[in-house]
Amino acid sequence: MSPSTWWLLIGLCVVTTALTRGAGPAATGGRELPAPAVRVVVLLSSALLAALVVTSALADGTELRVGADTAGVATAGVLLWRRAHLLVVVLGAAAVTAGLRALGVD
Amino acid sequence: MVGGGDGSAEQGRSWRSGLRDGAPYGAAAFVLAVSFGVVATDAGMPAVAAIVMSALVYSGSGQFAALGVAGSGGGVGAAVGTATLVSSRFLPMGFALGPSLRGSRLRRALEGQATVDASWAMAARGDGRYDREYLFGHSAAQYVPWVAGTVVGVLVPVLDTRALGLDAVFPAFFLALLAAEVRDRLRLGVALAGAGVALALVPVAPPGLPVLAASAVALVGLRGPR
Repeated sequence: MSPSTWWLLIGLCVVTTALTRGAGPAATGGRELPAPAVRVVVLLSSALLAALVVTSALADGTELRVGADTAGVATAGVLLWRRAHLLVVVLGAAAVTAGLRALGVD
Repeated sequence: MVGGGDGSAEQGRSWRSGLRDGAPYGAAAFVLAVSFGVVATDAGMPAVAAIVMSALVYSGSGQFAALGVAGSGGGVGAAVGTATLVSSRFLPMGFALGPSLRGSRLRRALEGQATVDASWAMAARGDGRYDREYLFGHSAAQYVPWVAGTVVGVLVPVLDTRALGLDAVFPAFFLALLAAEVRDRLRLGVALAGAGVALALVPVAPPGLPVLAASAVALVGLRGPR
């Protein structure tokens, strides 16, 4: 890609991302959401976060793949269950992932 | 949960506490941004362009997605489309956040630009409202390291972030957020169903769509309190 093509790509990404972030607040304005919508909103983060975790740990493009990072994230899950400190959880995930890659597991 | 202590519940938690709570996420954003800078320059993106992209797009998943498509010869349209789809979860998040922001519609749209996953999730009070100032502080704590990390990445393109296992850092953070979020059986069910929907769609849908589709599971909330 030429530099000008890269700049075009970035410019378009800036516009579309700003629109996805801004459309909701512009549409709701100051109106309070009706009660059923509030219940949906409260549940939204559980659904989105769970989807983000499994896709970032298991999806490689459109392929599902168990890799070193999957084991790292699973380690984070065990550490969270054992009520470890957040930094221990994160460093544990990185250490297991790095260790497996050093052993040749991708 | 609501700080301040002067009885102004509307005020919510301060931007300072957001800044403090956001600091560890900022550290994670920094290492992720370094790897973005490295990968971007590898793919041929001009160094200044990579920094501008981080400063103005400010979406790790979206930026990596655009890079992935463009780097494998996908063209501008496909790259922008993929990045937009990957960031599409900001759309339902914005509808949730909107009433907690302030001012005219335009100003709310501008304030909504502070939306990133961890900040949005942690700014939630749990009753459908969001602490606006806290969101800004939390988001700022990630924005600055995100841009700074990109600068380091394009200047020092040697760090092998995969060998260091740093790609597991963000999912681990998301998992920690999720663990704090799932406080009852309804939310646990929604989380499991969301994960299931996303995984089922990965092989058949373009990247980004599985996560957006998972948000539909939250519609179970329309059924009403039991």
